[in-house]
Amino acid sequence: MELILAIGIGVLAGSGVWLILRPRSFQVIIGLSLVSYAVNLFIFSMGRLGTGLPPVIDPNNPMDVSAYTDPLPQALVLTAIVIGFAMTALFLVVLIVSRGMTGTDHVDGREPGQ
Amino acid sequence: MNLALEHLIIIPILLPLLVGAAMLFVRDQRRTGKAVAVIATLLVQLAVAVTLLVLTSSDGDGGWVGVYLLGNWSPIFGIVLVADRTAAIMVTLTTILAICAMLFAAARWNRAGPHFHTLFLLLVMGVNGAFLTGDLFNLFVFFEIMLAASYGLLLHGATISKVRSGLHYIAINLVASSIFLIGVSLIYGVTGTLNMAELALRVPEVADADRTLLEVGAAVLGMAFLIKAGMWPLCFWLPAAYSAAVSPVAALFAILTKVGIYIVWRLSLLVFGLDTGPSAGLAQNWLLLGGGATLIFGSIGVLASQALPRLTAYAVIVSSGTMLVAIGIGGIYVAAGAFYYLIGSTFALAALFMLVELIERGRMAGADVLAVTMEAYGFEDEEALPDDQEVGMPIPAKLAILGISFIVCALLLAGMPPLSGFIAKFAIMTGIIGVHTEGAGSQIAGADWSAVALIILSGLAVLIAMLRGGINTFWATREDMAPSIGVVEIVPITILISACILLTVFAGPAMLYFQDAATELHNPVAYIQGVTSAMPVPYPGRGVYP
Repeated sequence: MELILAIGIGVLAGSGVWLILRPRSFQVIIGLSLVSYAVNLFIFSMGRLGTGLPPVIDPNNPMDVSAYTDPLPQALVLTAIVIGFAMTALFLVVLIVSRGMTGTDHVDGREPGQ
Repeated sequence: MNLALEHLIIIPILLPLLVGAAMLFVRDQRRTGKAVAVIATLLVQLAVAVTLLVLTSSDGDGGWVGVYLLGNWSPIFGIVLVADRTAAIMVTLTTILAICAMLFAAARWNRAGPHFHTLFLLLVMGVNGAFLTGDLFNLFVFFEIMLAASYGLLLHGATISKVRSGLHYIAINLVASSIFLIGVSLIYGVTGTLNMAELALRVPEVADADRTLLEVGAAVLGMAFLIKAGMWPLCFWLPAAYSAAVSPVAALFAILTKVGIYIVWRLSLLVFGLDTGPSAGLAQNWLLLGGGATLIFGSIGVLASQALPRLTAYAVIVSSGTMLVAIGIGGIYVAAGAFYYLIGSTFALAALFMLVELIERGRMAGADVLAVTMEAYGFEDEEALPDDQEVGMPIPAKLAILGISFIVCALLLAGMPPLSGFIAKFAIMTGIIGVHTEGAGSQIAGADWSAVALIILSGLAVLIAMLRGGINTFWATREDMAPSIGVVEIVPITILISACILLTVFAGPAMLYFQDAATELHNPVAYIQGVTSAMPVPYPGRGVYP
């Protein structure tokens, strides 16, 4: 499971970084989304992986840490998703404005060579 | 400490949020009313900030550290807001700056686009939150609030250059936010806490096997802050963004780089301070190197920029570089000087951003470029004054005011006597040289000399660039040189400059005060104890949970 998650994070982050470095603004926004997915998975993995473990402490067995999963990273991921989503939406608006005002979807607002 | 006083800590966050949100319901055309509301809000916030300042410095040695438990959770579980002396200083600084920027914007800039006032207050809220929070993830949230508002403000009065640089600014900051999250989660994964004070206690106890991971996390996190602070090579977005923003926004943005610097400063001293085991001083050398490179880059940029807004933006980078060098060297005396420098340079930069806009207002676009090019190629100004025009006409009073303000800003930023810029740099350099001479006859290291040299040379570069800009602007008398300026636009510049002059006059007491603040920052026992010993308020009849 660790390996699959690690490969997943790596592929997402790698593709995301590659896309961010592309010259078209739409590629950049997809890249940013992919990177934020990778980061969200990464935060999630920091709570240690486990299957079938509840995030709530059982009163009969409060001391055994291995019987629970850490709820905090899950809460952090939730916050990060919300904020990331809002920021992506905002970026999308700016992207469209830029496309409208400059007439090109190049990130520099002009085609190379112009 | 009294309960009511602790509630003061959350006011700089709640008040701008509520007023800003409420203003969404008011039509955007009522700008005067909105501007008055913003300034009233900020004045209340100023009162709160000054109260916090007085409270945190009242207790003598340790200083009062105000801790506000959000949601009344115990600090192990919940998020805390912490007001110590440093945070109070920064909030006060932000408030004064925001009042001036708002006054300036009220004259004309708030008409350039929708919801200016709301965004303005939300930015202030984010900055205040970043200064006051004691939790890493909460810091991320406040950073995002601050950045979201800054995106809107940067695009305010949308022109192509703003949209173009805004696109870059947003993309870079979104990447920085991802980096921030990676750093935070790495640190959480190793230490199991996000509370800064708790973190400071746990870092020395981290197992050796996990230490690399922790240091990587801290470095990744630091990178996110340094992007905001504008450290070379993470600062290439800054000149374009700052020079494209409308001037009151750019003036307010002068505090944004300082937010990054403040966090780096606080965390590196709190978590990786002197007594924190094997990881102590993790960032010092990198900050010193990065700060030096930033100073060089900023100096070259200042010298190379022909337009005044761009020059000012590079001066922001120089200011960041000086701060980073001071933090990298460390020591209480350097830090006291750095505090002093931070306040003076922020005010001066903000004043200069506003001033530049007033100067540019009456001029053709590209006049500077033309003047410098003419200088470089030895062209004479062929359209010299016609004979029938009165020679030696007295400079209009407006121009005199602008000129004097410009000179003062130049002196402040270059660090020339007699103003606070000089005292600040002098204090920093004395601290740098004094740090090692206090030890038993040890030599002053080469790095320290290089730092001193770089600080002086960067001051020289700023001075040359400002002189050139000033000569091209004020002495090249042109017919288009009579900008129309409202009194309300001169007032904020005057306030900022007078604040710097006051800082100069009361340099002694101010420096002693900053020394206390620096001592607290370097020896954060009171901070850590204040946070970890904070107790939730008992519920009536039910006791404390947990």
